[in-house]
Amino acid sequence: MRKPFLRPLAAVLLLPAALLTACGGESKDKAEAGSGGNTVKVGILHSLSGTMSISEVTVRNSEQLAIDEINAKGGVLGKKIEPVVEDGASDWPTFAQKAQKLIKKDKVATVFGGWTSASRKAMLPVFERNKALLWYPVQYEGLESSPYIFYTGATTNQQIIPALDYFKEKGKKKLFLVGSDYVFPRTANKIIKAYAKANGMQILGEEYTPLGNTEYSTLVNKISQAKPDAVFNTLNGDSNVAFFKQFKGAGFDAAKLPVMSVSIAEEEVKGIGVDNVAGQPVAWNYYETTPGATNAAFVKAFQAKHKGAVTSDPMEAGYNAVHLWAAAVEKAGSTDVEAVKKAAAGLSLETPEGKVTIDGANQHVYKTARIGVIQPDGLIKEVWSSKEPIKPDPYLKSYPWAAGLSS
Amino acid sequence: MEPLLNQLPIGLSIGAVLLLIALGLTFTFGQMGVINMAHGEFIMAGSYTAYMLQSRAGGEAVIVALPVAFAVAGALGWLLERLAVRHFYGRPLDTLLLTWGVSLVLQQAARDIFGAPNVQVVAPSWLTGRVTLLGGSLPYARLFIMGLAAACVVGVWAYLNRSRQGRRMRAVMQNRELAAVSGVATGRVDQLTFFIGSGLAGVAGVALTLIGPVGPSIGTYYIVDAFLVVVAGGLGQLRGAVIAAVALGMLNSFAEFWTDASLAKVIVFVVIVAFLQVRPQGLFVLRSRRLT
Repeated sequence: MRKPFLRPLAAVLLLPAALLTACGGESKDKAEAGSGGNTVKVGILHSLSGTMSISEVTVRNSEQLAIDEINAKGGVLGKKIEPVVEDGASDWPTFAQKAQKLIKKDKVATVFGGWTSASRKAMLPVFERNKALLWYPVQYEGLESSPYIFYTGATTNQQIIPALDYFKEKGKKKLFLVGSDYVFPRTANKIIKAYAKANGMQILGEEYTPLGNTEYSTLVNKISQAKPDAVFNTLNGDSNVAFFKQFKGAGFDAAKLPVMSVSIAEEEVKGIGVDNVAGQPVAWNYYETTPGATNAAFVKAFQAKHKGAVTSDPMEAGYNAVHLWAAAVEKAGSTDVEAVKKAAAGLSLETPEGKVTIDGANQHVYKTARIGVIQPDGLIKEVWSSKEPIKPDPYLKSYPWAAGLSS
Repeated sequence: MEPLLNQLPIGLSIGAVLLLIALGLTFTFGQMGVINMAHGEFIMAGSYTAYMLQSRAGGEAVIVALPVAFAVAGALGWLLERLAVRHFYGRPLDTLLLTWGVSLVLQQAARDIFGAPNVQVVAPSWLTGRVTLLGGSLPYARLFIMGLAAACVVGVWAYLNRSRQGRRMRAVMQNRELAAVSGVATGRVDQLTFFIGSGLAGVAGVALTLIGPVGPSIGTYYIVDAFLVVVAGGLGQLRGAVIAAVALGMLNSFAEFWTDASLAKVIVFVVIVAFLQVRPQGLFVLRSRRLT
């Protein structure tokens, strides 16, 4: 996803890591990977330390919960799943190294892991070279489709475009775009501008602020001068806190000017302060409050293990990834990567967010888009949904107005 | 024209924030020559002090926290000076590495104690309104920060120019050896200087909870700006810092208005670099034999 990082440092560290991972070439002995003896080994690779740990540990926990659930029912192919947990340490080269280790040394059947796009991009060549499988659980900026990655989070047409559909339905025709200055917001805003052009909407302003920026009075002044119907917010992390505090300080609230956010979930609301964001819309595919028996069971099981915890969209996507993999293995009758990939195509499963189906062509999943409104208690209530799961389209090929965006 | 006028008070309030975060640094960096990278983490300590006091003081936590944060951050700074920095006097580049390391340790400590996500500090209810002026609006929180910055400047000025301790501090800064032979306990003055400089960072941290995030990495967001103000204003110069902060605030405000936030940062840096080419010592210079 999109968290800022010590990029120069990472770049320096990347070099030796790339050299190191480039050395493990041979990959002949991986048929029936990970299924030696009475257990099936799978890798879990998230940041358990460093900046990203707070987010990624929650996904590790939900994946562990899914594994426990499957084992309680007898495991896969009659064998118990044995997770091998590694720490990516919020450091992209470490993700690549640990992925290599899980594949070559532990010979795991598959790996569940990653959060930031940077970590996914670091792991991608490792999985492609070793013809091994990664399940990536976080919504991201699209424009990617590796044959060795399954993406169980949303791509742009399952989050950003539905959010725009919602604004269009509500008659919000004049938008102001606010984002952090890096690849995700710029990609997202390209899509938004193309959508606006095709749908008779007006973009009154497009502003980017450096990562970690905390001074928003000028930007708020610009917004109040432009008088938009709504704001589309792709700010990242801490900047959201400063933006919403100063937006509220200048006298704006959800009733006066709605701000659609795509990176604020239940956890972030606490840091911003509910007072500052109550009533504002957000776009995800799952909320803790999403109705349905499957979700009720998921929330209950999770909170039984982790008292007072909230369940978020990426956690649910990680939980789904484990169940989807297990279902694919059962269907294939083997843990072999190619067999699992083949079996996974078109596979459907009832999950906390509703029915999801794997699209064999790009290995993303069909997901229902949901717009939620932040409640005074800090939870998020769904107010709009796409009704049915949306076919994933990471390159936006099925949208005529998006032609030329992915090149 | 009207939106342009709005940028005036905004520039002033950005200047006040800059001044507040830089004021403490004029002591530790400006007066003592310690390149104090941990200054940002003392700001963070101030913010978390307000957060901690919230359960006791509720909505008025920000006000109660001002003196407490001064003491907490000051004590942290004092500890840093006693345990580490004093062994590095006269080696400014080594203090850079030392305090950089300390800042990383403090950030991770905050992450372990308070958790990585941001926490919330509720602003007092009487600070939530705004005044309209020049067709725009200025939140009370911003006015409060301006007032606080002004009060801190007056306090620091009075301390340096009207108290015996302040006079000793200036004496040590201007000529350490001469001050020492005149009977000033320079070591004790160093401790006090570091305490006050760090304490002021704590006060800034409390004020910043009104407009910004409260989390383990906030120090890193303010540290560069703080150094910019001190360097542009001239090391250890109070009026230099005031003028530099207001000028940079205005520059930032108008540059961002005409371009965008990223470009405004670039413009500010370019202007400062150009300025330092002309005046490498900053706005004001103090003639002294220190830092030869």
